Amino acid sequence: MGNFKDDVFIRLGFYVSYVAIGLGALFGLLQVLERVPGISIIPADKYYLSLTAHGVIMALVFTTFFIMALAIYVVTRELGIDTYSHALNKVAYGLVIVGTVMAAVPILLGKASVLYTFYPPMKASPFFYIGATILVIGSWIFAANILLTVKKWRSMGNTDKKLPLGVFGVVATLIIWYIATIGVAIEMLFQLIPWSLGLVERIDPLLARNFFWYFGHPLVYFWLLPAYIVWYTVLPRLLNVRLFSDFLGRVVFMLFILFSTPVGYHHQFMDPGIEAGWKYLHTATTFFVFVPSLITAFTITATMEMAARARGGKGLLGWIKALPWRDPTFASVAFAMILFGFAGATGAVNAGHNLNYVVHNTAWIPGHLHLTVGSAVALTFMGVSYLLLPMLTGRKLYSTKLALTQVYLWFIGMILFSAPMHYLGILGSPRRTYDVTFGGHPSTQGWAPLLVLAAIGGTLLFASVMLFLYNVLRTLTSGARVEVAQPSNVEIPQGSLGVVDNFKLFTAIALLLVLMAYVVPTMNIINLGTPGAPPVVIR
Amino acid sequence: MSINKYEKAWLGFSIIMVFAFLGITGYFSFVVGFQPPQDAEVIDPTKIDEDERFANPRVEEVIPGELYNVYMVARMWSYTPKEIRVPKGAYVKFYITSPDVQHGFHVVGTNVQANVIPGYITVITAKFEKAGEYLIVCNEYCGRGHQFMKGTLIVTEG
Repeated sequence: MGNFKDDVFIRLGFYVSYVAIGLGALFGLLQVLERVPGISIIPADKYYLSLTAHGVIMALVFTTFFIMALAIYVVTRELGIDTYSHALNKVAYGLVIVGTVMAAVPILLGKASVLYTFYPPMKASPFFYIGATILVIGSWIFAANILLTVKKWRSMGNTDKKLPLGVFGVVATLIIWYIATIGVAIEMLFQLIPWSLGLVERIDPLLARNFFWYFGHPLVYFWLLPAYIVWYTVLPRLLNVRLFSDFLGRVVFMLFILFSTPVGYHHQFMDPGIEAGWKYLHTATTFFVFVPSLITAFTITATMEMAARARGGKGLLGWIKALPWRDPTFASVAFAMILFGFAGATGAVNAGHNLNYVVHNTAWIPGHLHLTVGSAVALTFMGVSYLLLPMLTGRKLYSTKLALTQVYLWFIGMILFSAPMHYLGILGSPRRTYDVTFGGHPSTQGWAPLLVLAAIGGTLLFASVMLFLYNVLRTLTSGARVEVAQPSNVEIPQGSLGVVDNFKLFTAIALLLVLMAYVVPTMNIINLGTPGAPPVVIR
Repeated sequence: MSINKYEKAWLGFSIIMVFAFLGITGYFSFVVGFQPPQDAEVIDPTKIDEDERFANPRVEEVIPGELYNVYMVARMWSYTPKEIRVPKGAYVKFYITSPDVQHGFHVVGTNVQANVIPGYITVITAKFEKAGEYLIVCNEYCGRGHQFMKGTLIVTEG
């Protein structure tokens, strides 16, 4: 398979995401060190600035750019055609970049230290909200271009073929993105933007939370599904085996379309004004999202076992040793999966109607989300970069050894960071707080050693990102020019999957579930009729 | 389209587990009564002083030893009253509101916590079974002084 005209966008997306993860890691390092009692590097306002920057850069910029690039990669390689329109890609990337810069400048100037959840009535510069909105509009155009590409491929005499699994996953991811961003679009256009411009005086902060988390949780699956696409499609090729079950892989993506969005209230269990019964419904839908991830755990592990046995692995668990643990991409996926397993368990606590109030807004939460987006997603993205960059640039990876070190360092660093964060959370230590000593209150005794441990873990994570970036930079500037084997043409199976191939049907059911989960409680909030809150500017 | 028998078993196990989780969670929520906060009243955050409860934030003894109302204002960056004293084993009903931004309210070491949202009054009820001095922290970011926002809850022997 030759190169595609759209490869320029794949490279651009990857490079922007690498700059983002480097910046984000720097802010992250500042925070873990600052939280150690007795160490103070920056004043409080700069801490919250860096906290906002870390969240926005890692959760929105790093992920979005990488995912856009990966989506183009998967679609062009699996379908064997360029995307529908080069010009649309240009427009989409342009808007996403303009939006990112527009939101980033006020953050870095300290005019938008509102964290990545931007809860009103704390008010940021209007540029922050408008920039974020432009970013989302750009992503919509991007998604449309990818979906049109699939349509074009269908019209090229492929009407009776199954979509290749990777493309299937990309389509599912984009459908989730469209459904999810309805929430943030409503929040931005009808609440935050007019209010931040002073066109309306007041805002209903509870309603804003309602729309934010309508978007905020499926956002997690927008990050996660591309990692799953790598696990489902890149990993079997790397191991030279067939995926254990192609059919269940498709079922998994469809289940995510159904259950990704109607789950937001598990972020709002502690909110007044939303009835416990509705919160319980969201507990139920959140628990259902475990099912596709549990299927994935089985399918991917079984795929690995098949590969290991083909390589001569023996025994009930002895086959694990026969896996290519010295391959950085394989190791990254394997570690990403292990860490994500823990995230599943701690996520069950978050989603629990009556366990959540022990951990809500404590250090447990960042502990959890660094296992999800920070491990399952970020580690997979770094690991797959080692495989994809040589294919995209025609340059050999600078150092496999360094890459391997980086992956192991991330795994160890993440355990050291995440485990104490979870434990701090159970002890009641709040998240997103500059200093958690509270005047040396006895309740905070015992927190200090855990904060030190988390700082050590965070430092290792920072070192890991730096190793990654160094390796990428050396590969791009001085990697030996080689003819890198492109992935083999995927065989595209004929025939229909019946209902499991019907995106329209699943999207319709998903929208129905969203309406069921949200219409009544949202109306109830509106009917409470708060006069709303005027803006408060944080300086 | 056929599914491997082990995978089928795993799928069955997964679904049963999810329903078991839901059953346990539902039992504790709706039978035992461990429910998340839900009650709310609305209030104009610019006029909380016009509400007698928040003009004079306090602990109010309703039934001695049995029921206490706490009217509390959470603002940048303090709680009023900053110290609450209640006897152990009594029901304590908190009414909390904010005149500025969102705040958290978490009694460290317990499962008593709620979000405080301007425009609303958060209403939660708790019962403290162990005497002692508890730290109350704000765990919703509320500006550059967020880390200073704390309170004290003293549960007396009776």
